[in-house]
Amino acid sequence: MFRYYGKYAPYLFLMPAAIVLVIFFFIPFFQTIALSLMDYSSSIYNAQFAGLDNYVKLFHSPVFYKVLLNTFIYLIVAVPILAIVPLFLAILLNRQIRGLTLYKILIYLPVIVSIVVAAIAFKWLYADEGILNFIVTSLGLEKIGWLTDPNWALYSVIIVTIWKGIGYYMMIYLAALMSVPKELYEACEIDGAGFFTKHLTVTVPHIMPTIALVTTISAISAMKVFAEIYVMTKGGPLNSSKTIVYYIYERAFENLDLGFASAMAVVLLIIVLLLSLVNILFFEKNRYQI
Amino acid sequence: MIKKILGKITIHSILIFVSLLSIFPFIWLISTSLKGNSENIFAYPPTIIPTDFTWANYTGVWEKVNFIGYFINSMIVAGGTVLLNIILSAMAGYPLARMEFRGKKITFFAILATIMIPFQAIMLPVYLITLKLHLVDSVNNFAGFLGLIMPFAVSAFGIFLMRQAFLGIPREMEEAAIVDGCNVFQIFTKVLIPMVKPSLAVLAIFTFIGSWGEFLWPSIVLTKDAMYTLPVGVNNLQGMFSSNWRFIAAGSILSTIPIIIFFLCMQRYFISGENEGAVKG
Repeated sequence: MFRYYGKYAPYLFLMPAAIVLVIFFFIPFFQTIALSLMDYSSSIYNAQFAGLDNYVKLFHSPVFYKVLLNTFIYLIVAVPILAIVPLFLAILLNRQIRGLTLYKILIYLPVIVSIVVAAIAFKWLYADEGILNFIVTSLGLEKIGWLTDPNWALYSVIIVTIWKGIGYYMMIYLAALMSVPKELYEACEIDGAGFFTKHLTVTVPHIMPTIALVTTISAISAMKVFAEIYVMTKGGPLNSSKTIVYYIYERAFENLDLGFASAMAVVLLIIVLLLSLVNILFFEKNRYQI
Repeated sequence: MIKKILGKITIHSILIFVSLLSIFPFIWLISTSLKGNSENIFAYPPTIIPTDFTWANYTGVWEKVNFIGYFINSMIVAGGTVLLNIILSAMAGYPLARMEFRGKKITFFAILATIMIPFQAIMLPVYLITLKLHLVDSVNNFAGFLGLIMPFAVSAFGIFLMRQAFLGIPREMEEAAIVDGCNVFQIFTKVLIPMVKPSLAVLAIFTFIGSWGEFLWPSIVLTKDAMYTLPVGVNNLQGMFSSNWRFIAAGSILSTIPIIIFFLCMQRYFISGENEGAVKG
């Protein structure tokens, strides 16, 4: 096809998006790295070049390891649940049953609602004299300090993230399930396979790429958790529910230690970069092919 | 036969159970918001149906909190973000799908790279730049809104979604338009844009939901109560009514009504399963 557009047309069309991406993505990206090499700890107006000092401080800080550990726990608890439970629900919903749309709407509802409202709703469930502790005590157990006990706080927050994510990943799985040929199931049923055998031998292998995709997306979003923690625990008690992004926020905007916060941000950048690379190279190749 | 009925019962029980889990936190919030002062909201055993039923918490919180203001702010921010995303993504997606030019590969990979940069990692410099550009509410309200919108005015996700949509249009459409004497801008606005409307709708709806619920960025940049968006305003209820859970619950529910209406009107976009492409990382 001959060129019907002028020499400058492609650049004119790209210009507005490019300006936004340069100002709000690329410059901040390099500035994050630059800031991480500066020392702001004595005064925010008089930064000194500090080399790798912030990284040294970071790797000597017990809070940093606590935060990394918390984020890691977030990953290993939330990601498998978010990869498996929505798949199970999608399989149940992938058929003609009464109330199909209603089920989908109700299960998707938490995805739509603001995370702040979700966190407030759970804070109320978790209240010391709240309804969850009523259930716990009526089972004859001790009351749980859902958000006040350092052993529980992180898990209580993770539950909110999981609760809010299930419907989202379920819809991704439902779309993928549409592509599984019905004949495969019929063949399986003739062989007399039960529910679990059928889906483990047919469904799971067939939608493996989607399972992997859900795993990486949910891992990336677990790395970015913030609002749940801000609303419910502020990272406490005793840093027990503090994750990477909350820690960056606290150091940058509350302690104004821009250098240290940026060093932490670079660590986050590296982790998310690796996870995204896996995602793009293996699971979303088609969308990003030039 | 019996086996089939049993299977159906099992499936429905599981789905009903999960549906209840999904909405229970809201039910409990609604229940609390409708309980009057003479009813103990910490009563053991808890009651779902209020015995001292009242709307007073709603009217009370409505009088003290500027919900209409928060709603309008959220509408301006989400509306502006959607509008800019649609325009900028469509404009950028078009040459990436349809034109050959020097630097195309570099541009492509540069945009792809932004997918891998989480906003949370660069938010500090983004804030410093926003301050430098005077896009904050201490300058004036318009600048404040721009500051809320501009960092999210376009995303790689949107650009690739639109590029994908343009790739799916047959070349003959453009050829016919050229024969008719259209220039490149007319081809874009009159021929191509009408053909990618479904993708634009998907982009608009998902951008709207994302922008509407955004909490981290507004809570960093906003300084004035009059500029608060709904999530920031709702979070603020906790400080305003410290332990008055009746008011906090009523306020949270009030703030959620608009997005639920939006969701129910647009539900086919969310739950039809046709928008697998609309996966946001």
